[in-house]
Amino acid sequence: MDDFIFFINKALVSGAVLGSIYALGAIGVTLIFGILRFAHFAHGDVMTLGGFVAYGLALVAASLGISTFWPTGFIVLPLAIPITAAFALGIDRTVYQPLRARGARPVTLLIASIGVTLMIQGLIRLVAGTGVYSFFDTEPKELIRIPTEWMGGSRPINLTEPQLLMVIVTVLAVVALHFFLTGSRLGKGMRAMADNADLAQISGINTRHVIRATWVIAGGLACLAGTMLALDVSLKPDLAFNIVLPIFAAAIVGGLGHAYGAIAGGFLVGFAETLAVFNWSVVLRPFKDSIPFEVPADLYIVPTEYKLTVAFVILVIVLLARPTGIFKGAST
Amino acid sequence: MNLRALLLFAAMALFIAAVGWWSGAAFITFIMLNGLAYALIAIGLNIQWGYGGLFNFGIMGFIMLGGFAVTAVAYPVNGAFWESDGPAMLGKALLAFAVGAALVVGAWRLQRRLLKGPAGIALTVLAWIVAYGLYRSQIDPAASYIESEGGGGWVGGMGLHPLLGWAFGGVLAAGAAYIVGRISLGLRTDYLAIATIGISEIIRALLKNADWLTRGTLTVSPIPWPTPLPQDFQAWGVSIPVSFVYARLGLLAVVAVVLLIALVLVQRAYEGPWGRMMRAIRDNHIASASMGKDVKRRQLEIFVLGSVLIGIGGSMLTSINQIYDPGAYQPINYTFLLWVVVIVGGAGNNYGAILGALLIYVSWIVSDPLAQNLFGALSDASTRIGWGAIPEIETRSSQMRVFLLGFVIVAALRWAPQGLLPERIRRDL
Amino acid sequence: MSLIELTNVHAGYGGAPILNGINLSIEASDIAVIVGPNGAGKSTTLKAIFGLLKVTQGTIRFAGEDITNAEPDALVPKGLGLVPQEFNVFTSMSVEENLEMGAYIRRDDFSATMGSIYEMFPPLAERRRQKAGELSGGQRQMVAMGRALMSEPKLLLLDEPSAGLSPRYMLEVFEQVMRINRAGVGILMVEQNARQALGFATKGFVLANGENRFAGTGRELLDNPDVARAFLGG
Repeated sequence: MDDFIFFINKALVSGAVLGSIYALGAIGVTLIFGILRFAHFAHGDVMTLGGFVAYGLALVAASLGISTFWPTGFIVLPLAIPITAAFALGIDRTVYQPLRARGARPVTLLIASIGVTLMIQGLIRLVAGTGVYSFFDTEPKELIRIPTEWMGGSRPINLTEPQLLMVIVTVLAVVALHFFLTGSRLGKGMRAMADNADLAQISGINTRHVIRATWVIAGGLACLAGTMLALDVSLKPDLAFNIVLPIFAAAIVGGLGHAYGAIAGGFLVGFAETLAVFNWSVVLRPFKDSIPFEVPADLYIVPTEYKLTVAFVILVIVLLARPTGIFKGAST
Repeated sequence: MNLRALLLFAAMALFIAAVGWWSGAAFITFIMLNGLAYALIAIGLNIQWGYGGLFNFGIMGFIMLGGFAVTAVAYPVNGAFWESDGPAMLGKALLAFAVGAALVVGAWRLQRRLLKGPAGIALTVLAWIVAYGLYRSQIDPAASYIESEGGGGWVGGMGLHPLLGWAFGGVLAAGAAYIVGRISLGLRTDYLAIATIGISEIIRALLKNADWLTRGTLTVSPIPWPTPLPQDFQAWGVSIPVSFVYARLGLLAVVAVVLLIALVLVQRAYEGPWGRMMRAIRDNHIASASMGKDVKRRQLEIFVLGSVLIGIGGSMLTSINQIYDPGAYQPINYTFLLWVVVIVGGAGNNYGAILGALLIYVSWIVSDPLAQNLFGALSDASTRIGWGAIPEIETRSSQMRVFLLGFVIVAALRWAPQGLLPERIRRDL
Repeated sequence: MSLIELTNVHAGYGGAPILNGINLSIEASDIAVIVGPNGAGKSTTLKAIFGLLKVTQGTIRFAGEDITNAEPDALVPKGLGLVPQEFNVFTSMSVEENLEMGAYIRRDDFSATMGSIYEMFPPLAERRRQKAGELSGGQRQMVAMGRALMSEPKLLLLDEPSAGLSPRYMLEVFEQVMRINRAGVGILMVEQNARQALGFATKGFVLANGENRFAGTGRELLDNPDVARAFLGG
């Protein structure tokens, strides 16, 4: 039973947290692809930017003496999210929109977004240095222990407060997004534009509004994801590059342009990474009598250094085998 | 070359001379060595994008393969490895790899011809799992043995001439390009870009973590030169500073010759019938395919050809710097920088590629000390006002050029998508 | 003042000009039909009106207002509607959602309009929650037309509404068009089935090579031997 709890702690919880981060990022990427028809490589950096904005606000809040039951980084989110969304809008207005007006191809916009990535990275590192920051320098990170005696275990299930918040927030965000996309005029307009941009225009849908809304949502979700990731682990300027390709993998797996697919894809990639570097020999131990071969002391599907590589491999495989995603849907 | 090109080259020569005067002969020769290697890589990328319309964002992976090739060929032999059980274990692992590969290819062929549908997919997946397990079962013990004391630490090199290493770099890159190209060239352009980034990262992870093969983060050095080293000149009685200049000039001559040969060959091909056909395919896939041209094969040809130059360039870079450090490769210094070179220099034009490479590379190198000075001055100013010095100033100022590179990309796309020396025929970005 | 008036309109895609000086004018009571051989510029005329390609010369006036090269989504509030020939429904959205998208510009309660659309096209009422992509060709055409009507346009542009439909559906489509016109909506229609369309057209325009060739009432054109020989085929 304790081995199963080990599995829950190391695999299920970690996988769910990582999956939530990837899902929130992937939704943004997939919405931008569906409506603006290009791969926004700079999305990872928008996440990092969001995390740093939240960090800055948290510092301000701490200096003002504000402190609550929740982590400070979490309570400043209602302010950090609009700021990040505004940044995202600004980037579109200055970089992508002029290129779109000129009729630039999707690959040109991809290269431009790589330029944006470098600019954001350079700027963040210029301002904040290259060190590692933690939201929990001045306050403790609350640990939640769920006792497992009733299941027959002797070790508790461990969750940190940020991890619990992360999963809850992700669920809320997904539900809110669902209602927005299916219940509101603007949300349906977004779906229409992703379905058929020309017809949307002909129907009188204000495509400029829809594009603005897309960036606001994508930027906001990116801030959420980046901040929650920083709360869970730590805040580093190169948080971005390690995140961008797994997020793209998630979005592509789910079918570019499909928000629900992106969510599923995010969890798929998150769990794949976590389970690939999980030490399976611990879980197999209770069953070792019924297994024909000897279970080695450490059994990993891939060595831990290759954790991110798992996402890259998934990305490449899906691109080559099923670029439309493993769920039904169009991508071009 | 027309007047505009001549003027730009002259301006660039002046620029380099100015930098050389400021930094000294030894430094400028070293910069030129790297710059010319970059120029060769830029020509390779130019072939792929400018001639073929292929967006290869995995340049760094091929450069790393080139670096690995010259290390494996030119570095002295590691006797301890060959005397141990290492070679035998490695041999078994290679056998396992071959068997696994055969299984996978066989299953894939079978799936395509006979067993379509879920059964075929299940078979292929099973083959992959078995092959992977088989390979891991042999390579894991082999790797940890080799990495231990008894195994010699790593496989070592072959002690052959560095120029052979350069050639091997081209071969290795061509082989990798063939595999990558076969499976991914059918993708539309932005997906291809993302796929190549992913593949490059996979190659990077493999080379960085395979300590038994590359020493990983422990790095391999010094890697010999094809021409006499500064130490050799010193042994002949030349003073230390001058020895560096002479030695580097010697290597520069070799590098320049390789670049020149490549340039001449590529230009002749471009202006001949092969080049015309390539451009026709690039500009209109559908029309060319309907005329019976085998578009996919031609694209693969271009991809492999360009990768050969990229591989050789990567080998040259590792040779020049005499150290192979797989952990030190950053996409910004290779992939993104080279794309800026090709965009700014002008796609489809080899002279533009060389111009861009030298210009951008020299600017990139010079920007670091310049930024340090700038930030140093700013820090002094802020201290004088009473705000205190700027902390972590070295790392911060070197981020300036990251920002600048991004800015150049965005600005070039917006205002000068044709580059400095555009192809004479219009090419849209 | 006519409902819509095109004066010497030149238009094309990028370099190649397709329309070389088109003139036409229509009232709200008209059912106007544009016919002609392939490549004559029939669909291009509709697209030029709706701002989907660049008008390089000439003017287009709608209810007296100059709408040359206006943005497509600005034209819908003015009272124009377009039913394209292909990709004319949101395939991933339900029938009802498609109609809702047609009413995007409306801030008032449009349930009455939607009700009348369902009355006009009963098969849609049965399938209102179904995805438009799952419907048959004829039903899709209904969704496409219904979508355009939701904004209560004064002028409806239709690009080959009977394309790909069986003769029975084609007649139904034409009947719907006449009904819509009787309700006060001007119709400008491009049609391949020239004979049938001109049969009930109040105004007909024959285009060739991007220019006007013949004009008149539908009846006149059908009776004109030159037109019949050159463009109406068998």
